[in-house]
Amino acid sequence: MHKESKLVKGLLIGISVLFVVLMLLLPLITVITEAFKQGFSVYAEAVSDKYTVKAALLTVEATVVAVLINTVFGLFAAWLITKFHFKGKKLLSTLIDLPVTVSPIIAGLIFVLTFGRQSPLYPLLERYDIKIVFAVPGIILATVFVTFPFISRELIPVLEAQGTDEEEAAALMGADGFTIFTKITFPHIKWAFLYGVVLCAARAMGEFGAVSVLSGHLRGKTNTLPLHVEILFNEFRYVPAFAVSSILVVMAVVILIARSIIEYIGKRESEDVR
Amino acid sequence: MMKKANRRVIPGFGLSMGVTLTLLSVVVIIPLASLAIFAANMSFGDVIETITRKRVLASFEVSFITALIASLINAVMGVILAWVLVRYDFPLKRLLDGMIELPFALPTAVAGISLTSLTADKGLIGGFFAKFGVKIAYTRIGITVAMVFIGIPFVVRAVQPVLEKLDSSYEEAAAVLGASRRRTFWKVIFPEIMPAVFTGFGLAFGRCLGEYGSVVFIAGNQPFETEITPLIIMSELQEYDYASASAIALVMLAASFLILFLVNLIQIRNSKILKGGGSGA
Repeated sequence: MHKESKLVKGLLIGISVLFVVLMLLLPLITVITEAFKQGFSVYAEAVSDKYTVKAALLTVEATVVAVLINTVFGLFAAWLITKFHFKGKKLLSTLIDLPVTVSPIIAGLIFVLTFGRQSPLYPLLERYDIKIVFAVPGIILATVFVTFPFISRELIPVLEAQGTDEEEAAALMGADGFTIFTKITFPHIKWAFLYGVVLCAARAMGEFGAVSVLSGHLRGKTNTLPLHVEILFNEFRYVPAFAVSSILVVMAVVILIARSIIEYIGKRESEDVR
Repeated sequence: MMKKANRRVIPGFGLSMGVTLTLLSVVVIIPLASLAIFAANMSFGDVIETITRKRVLASFEVSFITALIASLINAVMGVILAWVLVRYDFPLKRLLDGMIELPFALPTAVAGISLTSLTADKGLIGGFFAKFGVKIAYTRIGITVAMVFIGIPFVVRAVQPVLEKLDSSYEEAAAVLGASRRRTFWKVIFPEIMPAVFTGFGLAFGRCLGEYGSVVFIAGNQPFETEITPLIIMSELQEYDYASASAIALVMLAASFLILFLVNLIQIRNSKILKGGGSGA
């Protein structure tokens, strides 16, 4: 089988490397160089600023809650969809995947309509003094929404490929659901599960549009790191904006490395089994 | 639904169904339903009036054109990148492969401000193009650049697995029969990966249409020129004009569902061809 000429190969690799360097690597480097433009002390000041720390804490909170809720949902939904036959399964899968196709701004809008002032639910929320829109619960809800299918989506193909024979055998021998799940199912899906958690965390910490609609931008109260970046940038405080961004860049790079490691180990293990 | 229950051996159906439906209702169904309820109370005339405002129509045009161009660029670059990553070996290939995922991991706001400062007139890239009189940041070109950034992983990750699984015997046969490499690519390989390219293109297009974070900084947000539809919804929301925001959102939702439907159609047709033709996948 003859291959392309060396020229074509070199050209294609050249184009690819150029594209990745210009479009992906350069923006990453720019964040770091801009952040340190006025020296380390200005950087340190921006990063340790009271509002930055508060925003970071809220980002961590929203990310952790989103990962926890989507873990519970992802495990149950994947179990339901791959281990049982029932009517409406297709519809259910479609509904689960819906959030990723909706624009983040619309995601924010639907929660404003559900819990905002004009909602039929609003009098009820007010009676019990529950604030959702322009408050932390709204931010968390929006984050959960945009990351909703991230874990189940990774688990379903793996569980589908694995079939139900092993679980059925275990059930017939008298194992209860929890035992079946922890002893039989989970070992098969642990890497896919971790992979889903990583993707979910990445999207959750970076969500901007939906959170932006619901936050009301109250500094120190309902500001996440990406929103804090926006405020600083729009105030023309570029160095602090990039300094805060650099925290998110470090988190993104950690996530990318974790993703690669998980993918590598997962692949190697599934090859060992064969 | 319960008819088959006696045949179920594996436990946990009720519990799984309960947890899944509860969370799905709270997070997805009820919020989407409230948009439907809110929309049902609007008069049809008002909706039409809102979505045919000149400024709104202009935003549809900006969003559609920039997303289309960006997704076309992504389709071409995505195939090249997937090809290079699957077929060639070169130093730092793993790093390149890992970098493709960056737009998924990097918060969109960070990408937005970084691309803006790079492509502004004083930026590294913007300064270069400014010499030729080409402005990137705060123009439609800037919006397209941000959308290319956000959309590229969709095409690469759709095409890559198909290329990996592609049976090389057809290529070998074509080569033995005397086809040139270029002819082999267009006649043998390209038809096989085309559905994946379409899928990636469709997903990227959908994402670009709805994208907000990375675009809003670079766009300049000039009405009629560089104002994208999500931004119009956002400004209606900030003015508490929920009716207008919902009307425009309905148009966007309809567009993204249409795209999703077409992508699914291509995937179904493709799997039928694969099964019918017996070429296997």
